[in-house]
Amino acid sequence: MDVTLRIKRYNPDEDVKPVFKEYVVAVEPTDRVLDALNEIKWQQDGTLTYRRSCAHGICGSDAMRINGRNRLACKILMQELGKKITIEPLLGYKVIKDLVVDMDAFFAAYKSIKPYLIADDAPSSGERLQSPVDRERFDDTTKCILCAACTTACPITWTNEHFVGPAAIVNAHRFIFDSRDQGAGERLRILNTQSGVWRCRTVFNCTEACPRDIEVTKAIEEVKRALLYEQV
Amino acid sequence: MSYHRFDAVIVGAGGAGLMAAIQMAGKANIAVVSKLYPPRSHTGAAQGGISAALGNTEEDHWQWHMFDTVKGGDYLVDQDAADVLSREAIDAVLELEHMGLPFNRTPEGRIDQRRFGGHTRNFGEGPVRRACYAADRTGHMIIQTLYQQGIKHNVNFLDEHHLLDVLFTDDGRCCGVVTLEMKTGEIHTIHAKAIMIATGGFGRVYKITSNALAGTGDGIAIPFRRGVPLMDMEFYQFHPTGLYKLGILLSEAARGEGGILRNGDGEAFASRYAPTLGDLAPRDMVSRFIHQEVREGRGIDGKDYVHLDLSHLSPELIDEKLPDVTGFARTYLGVEPKTDPVPIQPTAHYAMGGLPTDVEGRVIRDAKNTVIPGFYSAGEAACVSVHGANRLGTNSLVDLVVFGRRAGKHMLSFIESAELPPLPSDPELVARAQVNDLLTRPNGERAATLRQAMQEVMMDKVSVVRDATSLNEAKAVIDGVRRAYHHVAIDDHGKTFNTDLTEALELGCMIDCAEAIIEGALLRQESRGAHYREDFQARDDVNWLAHSLVYRTSGGLELGKKPVTITIFEPKERKY
Repeated sequence: MDVTLRIKRYNPDEDVKPVFKEYVVAVEPTDRVLDALNEIKWQQDGTLTYRRSCAHGICGSDAMRINGRNRLACKILMQELGKKITIEPLLGYKVIKDLVVDMDAFFAAYKSIKPYLIADDAPSSGERLQSPVDRERFDDTTKCILCAACTTACPITWTNEHFVGPAAIVNAHRFIFDSRDQGAGERLRILNTQSGVWRCRTVFNCTEACPRDIEVTKAIEEVKRALLYEQV
Repeated sequence: MSYHRFDAVIVGAGGAGLMAAIQMAGKANIAVVSKLYPPRSHTGAAQGGISAALGNTEEDHWQWHMFDTVKGGDYLVDQDAADVLSREAIDAVLELEHMGLPFNRTPEGRIDQRRFGGHTRNFGEGPVRRACYAADRTGHMIIQTLYQQGIKHNVNFLDEHHLLDVLFTDDGRCCGVVTLEMKTGEIHTIHAKAIMIATGGFGRVYKITSNALAGTGDGIAIPFRRGVPLMDMEFYQFHPTGLYKLGILLSEAARGEGGILRNGDGEAFASRYAPTLGDLAPRDMVSRFIHQEVREGRGIDGKDYVHLDLSHLSPELIDEKLPDVTGFARTYLGVEPKTDPVPIQPTAHYAMGGLPTDVEGRVIRDAKNTVIPGFYSAGEAACVSVHGANRLGTNSLVDLVVFGRRAGKHMLSFIESAELPPLPSDPELVARAQVNDLLTRPNGERAATLRQAMQEVMMDKVSVVRDATSLNEAKAVIDGVRRAYHHVAIDDHGKTFNTDLTEALELGCMIDCAEAIIEGALLRQESRGAHYREDFQARDDVNWLAHSLVYRTSGGLELGKKPVTITIFEPKERKY
C-alpha cells in the first residue's frame, strides 16, 4: 500500500526554519516506520536524517514524534498509523538536523542523579546476595533504554529546561530501590531540589510514551513518597 | 583539523570497549570514541545470558566450560585462550555483579543460572545450568552497567564520532585514529600511545541479520586496508532462531527454558539430528538442521522457515524469563507465543573471525604472533580465538568482559612505559580524500543499490552452506559491487550530521568484510563449525586444523595459515 509521510525537515546549513516535506512510499502493513524512513533515505532522498541502530526497540536511537506521539520508529508498524503519517523530531531539545535532536541536556540530567551503584561492601569472594523479592522491587526501571521518549513527552520539560525529567528519575529509582545500593540519600537530596521530582505534575505523558512499558509516573511517585516518608 | 592527544583511545563503546576503559579510568588519560551513544551499542541486544561455572544451581567446573567452548568451536579454538575465558569468566561475572548488574536470583539470593546450547556437564553428558542472566535482557543490563561505571569513573566519551582511519608509523606502530564528528562534520585526529578496536561485528553484510544497522565492520575493515590481517573470516555464525524475514533475534534461552523447534509436520526434528542435546545443540548445527528440513520440503507450508514452539511453557515462566523476545514476536509478527508457534529462520548473527589477537588483546600481524605495538582489539571485532569455528551461546558476552578487561589492563601497563609515537606528516590525508570524494561527486551509483546486491548474494551464496560454485558466483557479484563503489554518489553534500555520507563509508567497509569472508571460504576446503562446504563435507584435521589469515595487499588479497594452539583437548569427532 502507498502511504504519505509528512516529515518535518530542517537543515541548519540551508534552512531558516523547519519545513514539512511529503514523501509517498510503498510499504507493507507490517513494515516498521523505520523501514519507511529507510526506503525514503535509500531510494528517494539521501538527505533525510535520523538516528537508528538496532531496529527492534532496544537501543533507543530512533525516538521521534509520530502522529503526535513519542514512539520508537522501529517499534511501531505502519498498520497502526493510517495512510498519512506525520513525523517530527522530539520536542524540547534543539534540532541538529531533521529528526536528530541534541541529546546533551538529556544525558547531563541522567548523569546528575549518579546513575551507578553506590556501595562499598563488595564481598571479597562471591556475589552480593539479593532475594528474588528485593530484585523484583526495581525490575521495571531497569528496562530503561535512555531513548528520551518520556522526558520529551513531558510538558514540564518543554517549559523548564532545568527539570531533571522523567528518564533521570527512572534511573534514580533503579538504584534507590536496589537493596544493594547505599546512595539513596544522595540521590533523594538531588531530586528534592527545585529541578527535581516536585516539578512533576503527574500528567502521565511519560508513562504513555515509554516504548518499554515502564510505569514511569508510578516510579516518580515512589521517589516522591520516599522523600515524604523518608524511607525506601 | 582538530587534534587531540590521549594515552589511549578506544574505538567502540560496547561491552569490550567499556570494560577496557574502566580498567584505565582515573589511571591514564583515555578517550572512548563511538559512532553512537555508548548505551546504543549492540552489546545491549544480547539476550540470554553470560556463562560462568559458578555452580550456583548445580555442579559445574570451568574445565567443563572450557571443553564445551573447544568442542563447540569444532576444535579450531586456541585452547590457551579458552582456558583464560572459562577460568576468568567466574571472576568477571562476579565483578559485573559488584558493579551493580541486576542478575536474576536463586531463592537463596545467588545469581541464577540456566541452560544454553552446547553447555554441558562432565564433558558432554547432558545440559548444565551455566548461563547467568537478567531475564532475556542480559546484554542490556551489561551495557547499562558498564556505561554507568564509565560515568562513575569520569571516562572521556567522544560520542557520535565515525571512524575514518587508523594510523600507523612507518615502522608499524599504531599511533592514532581519524574520526568524523557527526554533529559538525569536522575531521579529528586522535593521537595516542595505544589504540583499541572494539567496534563489534559486521552482520549487515547479510540480508537477514540480527545485527544493528551500525554493525558494518568499520573497525576491522580500516586496519585491513592498512595491511593488518583478518583471521578466520569464513566462520560466520547463523543463529537458528531469527524472526522470519526480519532476522530479529529470538534468544536461545527460549530453547534453554524448554522451547521446541518444529517442522511443517509438527515434528520436533532436532533430536533426530542430535540425540543427546536436541534443540540445545550448538547454533551452527541447529541452523543446518533447519536448512536441511527446509530443503527436504518440511518447512512450514513447504516454505523456508520452521516454528519455535513455546506454547507448552507456563505463561508465568514466559513473562518472567522471556518477556522481551516474546514481545518481539507480538510486535513484529503479531504472534502470541503463549498460544501459537513463532515462525523463525536462521539469521546472520556473529563473526567468529576478526582482528587476530593474543590473550592480552594485542593485535598480531602474522602466523608467528608478531605483535603490532600499541594496537589492541577485543570482543566481536577481535579473533583471539575462543570461538574457533562456531561460538557457543553466551560466550560472546564472556569474551567481551574477559578480554576487554585483559586488553584494558595490558594497555595500562603498555602506556606507562611507551613513548608517544610520531604521527604521519598528514594524518588526515586518506580520510579527507575519501570524504571529499563522496561529498563532491555529483552523480553516480546509489549506495543502497550496491548494498542490497551485496546483502542478497551473501545471503544466497555464502551463508549456512556454500560450495566452490556458489562462492565464485558471490565473488563475481562482490567484485562488481567493488567496481561500482568507486563511482558511488550521495545526495547529501552538507557538513551537519551527514548520515548519507557515513552510510556510504560503511558500505565500503562491508565490501572489505564480504571479500575476506568469501576468500577464506574458498580457501578452506573442508567443513568445520559454521563453515559448511557441500563440496567438502568432512572436517579435515590433516590439512585444515589451522586458522586462516587474509591480507589486503596492493596486488589483491593474500592468504595464509596460522597453527591452532592445542593444550588439553585433542580433536575428536563432534557429536551431540
